[in-house]
Amino acid sequence: MTAETLRQTRDAELERRKGIKNRIACCTVAGCESAGSGEVRAALEREAAAQGRAGEVEVRGTGCMGWCSRGPLVRCSSNDTIYAEVTPADAPALVSGDAGRFEGRALTTEHPFYAGQRRLILRNSGHADPERIADYIAQGGYQGLLKAVTAMTPPDIVAEVKRSRLRGRGGAGYPTGLKWELVARHPSTVSYVVCNADEGDPGAFMNRSVLEGDPHRVLEGMAIAGRAAGAEQGYIYARGESPLAIERIRTAIEQARREGLLGSRIFDSNFQFQIDLRIGAGAYVCGEETALIKSIEGKRGQPAPRPPYPPESGLWGHPTLINNVETFANIPAIIENGGDWFASIGTASSPGTKVFAVAGRVQRTGLVEVPIGTTLRTILSDICGGVPEGYEFKAAQTGGPAGGCIPAPFLDLPMDYDSLTRIGTMMGSGGLIVMDTSTCMVDVARFFMEFCMDESCGKCIPCRAGTVQMHSILERITRGEGSEADFWMLEELSALLREASLCGLGMAAPNPVLSTMRHFRGEYEAHVREHHCPAGHCPIHASEEVHS
Amino acid sequence: MSVRTLEVDGKMITALEGQTIFSAAWDSGIHIPRLCHLGGLSDVGACRLCLVEIEGQKRLQPSCMTKVAEDMVVRTNTPALRAHRRLIVELLLAERNHVCSVCVLNGACELQDLAAQLGVDHVRLRPQYPKLEVDLSHDRFGLDHNRCILCTRCVRVCDEVEGAHTWDVAGRGKNSRVITDLGEPWGESASCTSCGKCVQVCPTGALFSKGKTVADMRKDRGFLRYIVTAREKKLWIA
Ligand SMILES: Cc1cc2nc3c(=O)[nH]c(=O)nc-3n(C[C@H](O)[C@H](O)[C@H](O)COP(=O)(O)O)c2cc1C
Ligand code: SF4
Ligand code: SF4
Ligand code: FES
Repeated sequence: MTAETLRQTRDAELERRKGIKNRIACCTVAGCESAGSGEVRAALEREAAAQGRAGEVEVRGTGCMGWCSRGPLVRCSSNDTIYAEVTPADAPALVSGDAGRFEGRALTTEHPFYAGQRRLILRNSGHADPERIADYIAQGGYQGLLKAVTAMTPPDIVAEVKRSRLRGRGGAGYPTGLKWELVARHPSTVSYVVCNADEGDPGAFMNRSVLEGDPHRVLEGMAIAGRAAGAEQGYIYARGESPLAIERIRTAIEQARREGLLGSRIFDSNFQFQIDLRIGAGAYVCGEETALIKSIEGKRGQPAPRPPYPPESGLWGHPTLINNVETFANIPAIIENGGDWFASIGTASSPGTKVFAVAGRVQRTGLVEVPIGTTLRTILSDICGGVPEGYEFKAAQTGGPAGGCIPAPFLDLPMDYDSLTRIGTMMGSGGLIVMDTSTCMVDVARFFMEFCMDESCGKCIPCRAGTVQMHSILERITRGEGSEADFWMLEELSALLREASLCGLGMAAPNPVLSTMRHFRGEYEAHVREHHCPAGHCPIHASEEVHS
Repeated sequence: MSVRTLEVDGKMITALEGQTIFSAAWDSGIHIPRLCHLGGLSDVGACRLCLVEIEGQKRLQPSCMTKVAEDMVVRTNTPALRAHRRLIVELLLAERNHVCSVCVLNGACELQDLAAQLGVDHVRLRPQYPKLEVDLSHDRFGLDHNRCILCTRCVRVCDEVEGAHTWDVAGRGKNSRVITDLGEPWGESASCTSCGKCVQVCPTGALFSKGKTVADMRKDRGFLRYIVTAREKKLWIA
């Protein structure tokens, strides 16, 4: 593909759309799919043909439109409205444009759920079909790559990413530009670009939705990284448990290759870049970068001590640039619009937007994208409609098993990397679980410790054996059989795991315990001293006055 | 090869460029505790006993895998490090059954020595003691999983020195087990050459020679030094 043919493809697609009065886009991402969006789409297609409107009504699949709990979601371009809980029986009305039957199910862009969001990563959701490269190009896709290849040198690209102050979305928030610079400056002639799509936090589906809903955005980001880092080969490491994401990536890679957007002589230059897919078996620890590298190399997916860090020695010992799916998805717009544009969104130290997967006790659950620094209150109350009648907010968990909780007094905390770290939790990859007062915080800590215990790779002793011990203590406390000594044992073990574990899994495993002990110490004490669960959740049987 | 000068526990020592902190300290008479490291084998940094503080670095680093640098200031024996090491040994002692009084290696076990050296005289953690298998299918050696600390020395010596790669680790987390070949009984392993190197490098009584009674077994590490030195000097190449 050349600059000229990219423009032609775009113009041709826009021209083709002129004849279409209504583009009906059905969410085809896993959540809505399981709610029946496949049948809805088939019914819409049948109906368009039956009403003789096949020429003016086009039925397409599209990416995640966010409000997953009310899926299947369908968007009509004619009136820019998203319809919720659509069934095949709604098809005739959607095709004919009769909005009457959608009382309470029609959501416009003014609806608080959408009005409060700022969609950069999810921009194409509802607008483009993830299975058609022409749709992505029509939305302005591959313009960033065009610019990077034809108008910028690799150091220019690195400088632009540095100027954006983008931070890695995989959890730790490492400055992306610095990472790119390390790989770009490395004297090695061989280097690799790796996209970490192993997303394994319980309940998280941000990355999966991006790959299912807009895979070309990630490919474009990776190709730009390849150009900046002097790499000719990229890998996407995805989990086998997301078959739809895998299928969409495969299709997208195939299309990009056919169009010459991957492969050799991209945009008639000397730049060449290939992307291959590697599929993991779904071990949480394989999301850790050194374990991921081992897994791609075909070895046992276990972490290795860092340093050396992957930018210095990664895949097969070569410098390797590893970024998260969402990090790469930010790149095309940064290159196209400039780093300063990006840096103006969000906060000064954490620019840009972040996609959160909101779950738990709120009215509206699903994917929410907001500028970083938006307060938790805005996300939960304004966008997600607050906790339902009859329930009371207790805390929100961020960062999954490596994170911690945010209790009610911190509802006005801006959600950015540094503020979250300051109160003992972390941004993580974007999981946001809302809990009400019926949730026992000791049990939450026990749940996440069980997760870490099961997912520990077993290589180093602090994590392998320490998570087992911490879990057994927490379990004892939830049974009302804990003792005072358990408190300092938990603290001692926490210190060991944090300071002595080999990788981030073990280092972060104590975080949910420390965070709940910090904000809800009283609940622990009630379990231990009064054999009582204040939330009424833990099955503690009274009468056992053994610890007198 | 150039020489580096660094400070370890307040003492100025010299080391060769490329040497690890662990081995440089050892050469100067400072013995940092270790279990997974064994001279002559590659390092994995798994047991975390050899962690040290390096001035100017936020995180503790495994001295067995960290190379010396000029003017580095290292502390190997602070109260915090000692507390971590004691807790690691307690974790091991609680993880599987390590009752010394009925072990062939009683009196010559690295784990036992370490516990004594670190002053671990009791274990404050709940013993897990899963009932694990003892594989006696090999005609000369035995494997008692109950005493295995998963240091992977056997895996490495078999792969790197003997070249057989009979051993590996299967499972993850607390379910990790060393296995022979694809999990067949050791006696049926097609790749095992019965050389016994794994038995000699194993720090505990997990791998033992048959026919030994309690506290009867001693391990010979001399062979490893001999082989590795001979290889380096290419003694076997005519
Ligand atoms: C146990 C563990 C699991 C991880 N899982 C993921 C993951 O699923 N996806 C991801 O992008 N990063 C994950 N990370 C972080 C990666 O190691 C790495 O920092 C990240 O991919 C870098 O990308 P970024 O700079 O774009 O954030 C994990 C880290 C640890 C310690
Ligand atoms: S911290 Fe846990 S997951 Fe990481 S290397 Fe150690 S045992 Fe494996
Ligand atoms: S059998 Fe011995 S050498 Fe092998 S991993 Fe277990 S303790 Fe280490
Ligand atoms: S001896 Fe260094 S980590 Fe085990």
